[in-house]
This record gives sequence, structure tokens and C-alpha cells, in this order.
Amino acid sequence: MKGDRERKRTFMLITIPILALFICFNTLPLIKGFIYSFTNFKGYGSYDWVGARNYVDLFTDGRVGRSYLFTFKYAIVGTILTNVISLVIALGLNSKIKGKSVLRGIYFIPNVLGGLVIGYIFSFFFTYILPVVGQSLGIEALSSSMLSSTSQAWIAIVIVGCWQAIAMNTIIYISGLQTVPEDIYEAGAIDGVTGWRKFKDLTFPLIIPFFGINMVLSMKNFLMVFDQVMALTKGGPAQSTESISYLIYNNGMSGGQFGFQSANAFLFFVTIVVISVVQMTITNKKEEQL
Amino acid sequence: MMSKGNKQTRAVNWPVTILLIAGCLTIFFPLYMAFIIAMKQPSEMTNNIAGALSFPQTWSLANFREAMQVTDFWNSLGNSLLITVVTVVISIILHGMAGYAIGRSMKQSKIYNIIYMFIVSGMFVPFAILMMPLVKQTAQMGIANRFGVILLYVVFYMPLNVMLYRGYLSNIPIAIEEAARVDGASTWKIYWTIIFPMMKPMHATVAVLTAMSTWNDVMTPLVIMSGTGKNTLPLAQLNFQTQFGTNYNLAFASYILALIPILLFYIVCQKQIINGVANGAVK
Repeated sequence: MKGDRERKRTFMLITIPILALFICFNTLPLIKGFIYSFTNFKGYGSYDWVGARNYVDLFTDGRVGRSYLFTFKYAIVGTILTNVISLVIALGLNSKIKGKSVLRGIYFIPNVLGGLVIGYIFSFFFTYILPVVGQSLGIEALSSSMLSSTSQAWIAIVIVGCWQAIAMNTIIYISGLQTVPEDIYEAGAIDGVTGWRKFKDLTFPLIIPFFGINMVLSMKNFLMVFDQVMALTKGGPAQSTESISYLIYNNGMSGGQFGFQSANAFLFFVTIVVISVVQMTITNKKEEQL
Repeated sequence: MMSKGNKQTRAVNWPVTILLIAGCLTIFFPLYMAFIIAMKQPSEMTNNIAGALSFPQTWSLANFREAMQVTDFWNSLGNSLLITVVTVVISIILHGMAGYAIGRSMKQSKIYNIIYMFIVSGMFVPFAILMMPLVKQTAQMGIANRFGVILLYVVFYMPLNVMLYRGYLSNIPIAIEEAARVDGASTWKIYWTIIFPMMKPMHATVAVLTAMSTWNDVMTPLVIMSGTGKNTLPLAQLNFQTQFGTNYNLAFASYILALIPILLFYIVCQKQIINGVANGAVK
């Protein structure tokens, strides 16, 4: 067809500069980070090649190990809690209720607010409000600040993380529930399917794609946690809540571990890719089975 | 049978309604607490729950006025607005074009398929790995400032936005363009006069997603702009907290000020925001 060459040329002229921009600020720094991971660069001055030393050290470094443990504990518990609670809320918001659109609007509010400021607000709650409630109710576990306890601080971060993440997942579940045709329930009602079985056998199989999106999205976001840690604990007490992102930021930017933390960052990148791919394969398989 | 079923579905489910209204407390409580504390004086903050949660003796905006001065509120707000608006506008222009050029070429060309996969896979690259090299790179290039931050956002949100535009375009039949081509219109003109206006719903989604991520992001301006003495709104809270974190009344006034712009935006564009987020995630 006439003008095919013009069309191709225009597409090329659009794509090349945009691709160049992407390579310059995404691919290039990624490669640079990978190269730095084989050095003992401190972030300034001269440096030497150390081969795969950094990668070997990653697996013996206690602090790195603890940051992975915390991040995974946080991400797994957070993802499960978020998905269960947001699915329950979405089922509620999708049923015949009064003031549906107002309620939906309210339940989405946490998602639009910034993680850092919300973290600061909750920090006050955990430090000054919750212990007083715990004391007056005589609950030993709550009577001192969760944030200063090495065994409880991570729970506080999970609560804040979920508080925000639930809003997002609820909206996605609602759009999933709206794709379920009404006559399926009518057919189910004739067969006497109600309650939990109605959900398990009718609703849930139909919203599995949305469940998949939510699992991948929330897992990825939880694994990259930074703002909440920064606002609530700064990694403490005793490094018990140091997330991988926070450790890379803290030690890489100002701790003189540019090279070592680059190796950590690369391992983190591979981890995220592997988890996302595994999650997507599982949900795709589940979808095919149905 | 049918009429009975219909009746059942029409009745309002009051228990669920009441439970959901009660659940709203978990959302409003932290915001209420922040607002009430921001209204009080330090002397009113007694060491019990009432000290923090009861109404103030007098309603005064003094804390807000002081917080505005201490955090240089208007400048931080201006920076946040500038970065967000410019990022959104550039994203819509560049990512829309990229989605069109790549999406329309993928059927004929393997290279464009590879380019598409290459850009979209950027979604899995965490900022943590790019952070340290980017700090060096932006400093060397002399763009460790607001401009650099905008440029980085345009790159970071490119994978998702290009994917969204390309997905939306695959539902727009190519026949529309072919008719215009017969009339002699250039590809460039076709894009801006026909395709760009047709992608309006996707522009809204891209704008909402990009704006919210940009507005609330702390990490990028924190590491890139730290030397400029300029703040975004979240960054101002971080610096404020480090310096005056123990004056809770002042701090909470500052937090509330930081939350108000996005809350107002949400109240005004609630429908577009919720639709945008749902579209963006599901597509």
C-alpha cells in the first residue's frame, strides 16, 4: 500500500528516541549496578575487582540474611492478610447494600495517601495509643510499644502495609466480582448452593484471574517495602525490621558498601523476577484447568 | 421461582451494610487522630488516650500556620505539583506515541516484538538496583534535580503505560486509520487527529496511575534531589520528622497539610481514580 514506507519510518522515528531514553535510565544503570557488584567500590574513591566475592559474602552476611527473612516474612504474611481481608470487603461491597458508592469511595482512601505520612501517623498510634489501651485492658503483649519490641515491630509494619494495600486489592476484586454473571448464582440457588460453598464453587473459580493479579501485585509491592520501614522503625529495633530495599539504601548510599549492596540489589532483582514468574505460571495453570 | 429470586436480590442486606460502615472506622480513626492532635497545643497532650483523642479546648489553626512556615509548605507543594504535572503530561505524550508505534508494528515485525517485551520487562526492575548507579549518573549529567526526577519517572512508568496503551490500541480496528491513509494523511497526523483522541479513556487511566505514584513517591527525590535543597511534599515530612519529630502537634499539622492536596484531588476525581486504578491493574 502507498505510504507504507512513510508509516514504517514514522514508527521508527518515534520508537528509537523513546527506546534510547529507556535504555539510558533503566538498562544502563542496571548493567552498571551489575558491574559494580563485582567490585569493592565504596561509592567514592578508587576500587578493585573482587570477582564473585560479594555474592559469596551475601550468603554468609548475617545482616543481609536477616533482611531477607524479615522482608519475606512481611511479604508473605502481608500478602495473605491483604488478600483475605480485601476479598471479604469486596464481597461485602458487591452485595446489596445501602450507600454502595460512598462506601466504596471510603474504602479506597488509604490507597491514595502516601506511605510515609501514614507511617508517621501510625507510629504515634503504636507508641502512645495502643500501649495505653493494652494497659487498661490488662493485655500484657500490648502494654508497651510494639515498635520497640524486636518480636513485635514487624507486625506493626504489616498492619500499616495491609491498611494501605487492602484498598487497592479490594477495588480489583470488586471489578472481578462484577464480571461474574448473575444467572450463575440463580442457577446455583436452584441447586441450593449457598454461603461458603457458593463462594468456593461458584464465585472464586470465576475470579481466579483477579486473584492472580492481586497476588502478584501485592507480593511485589510488599517485597519492595521502604516507606513504611523508613517511617515506623528505620530498620530497628536491633535491625529486626530492616527490609532489603532499606538495607540497600542505607548501607549502599551512606554506609560505604556500594559494591556489596549492588550485589545484594542484583540478587533482589533476580528474586523478584523468579517469584513473579512462578506466581504467574501457577495462576495461568489454574485458569487453564477451569 | 424467578420472581422469588429477584425479590431476594433486591432486598438491602442490612447486616453487611452495618458491618461495612463499622469497618470504615479503621480508615477514619488514624485520620481523625492526626487531625485532632494537629488542632491541639502540646500542653493538652496528657498521658492518656483522652489527651490524644478528645476534642481540643479551642479550635485553632496555629499549628498549621507554623507547620507551613517550618516545612516551607508552598514551595514543597509547588515542587510536588510541578514534578507530578510535567511527568503526567510527558507520559501521556511519549508513552501514548510509543504504545502506538510499537503496538501497530508488532504484527509485521519481530524487532518490535522484542522491543515491546524489553520495555515491559522493565516492570520487574526494582528501584533499589537502579538507585545507586542512577545517583552517580544523574550527578555526572548535571540533572540531579527536579528535571532529573521527572525524567526518571517518565522512564520508570514507561513499561506499564506502554503496555496499557498497546493493550487499548489492539481493540481499535486498523481500518479507521487505513481510510485516513487513503485520503493522504500522514501517520503523524493520523495519530494526533484520530488515534490520540480515541485513546482518551486510557489517557485518564495513565494520568491517574502516574500521578498517584509520582505524588506519593519518596525514594526517587530522596536519593536524586538530596543535594538541591529542594523538597517535594513527602520529602519535606521526612526532613521535618528528623528535625522536629517530637513536637507531635506541629508534626501532625504538617502531615495533615501533606495529605490534604491528594485527598481533595481524590474527592473531586473519585470516579476517574477508582476506574483508572481498576483498569490499569486488570488490563
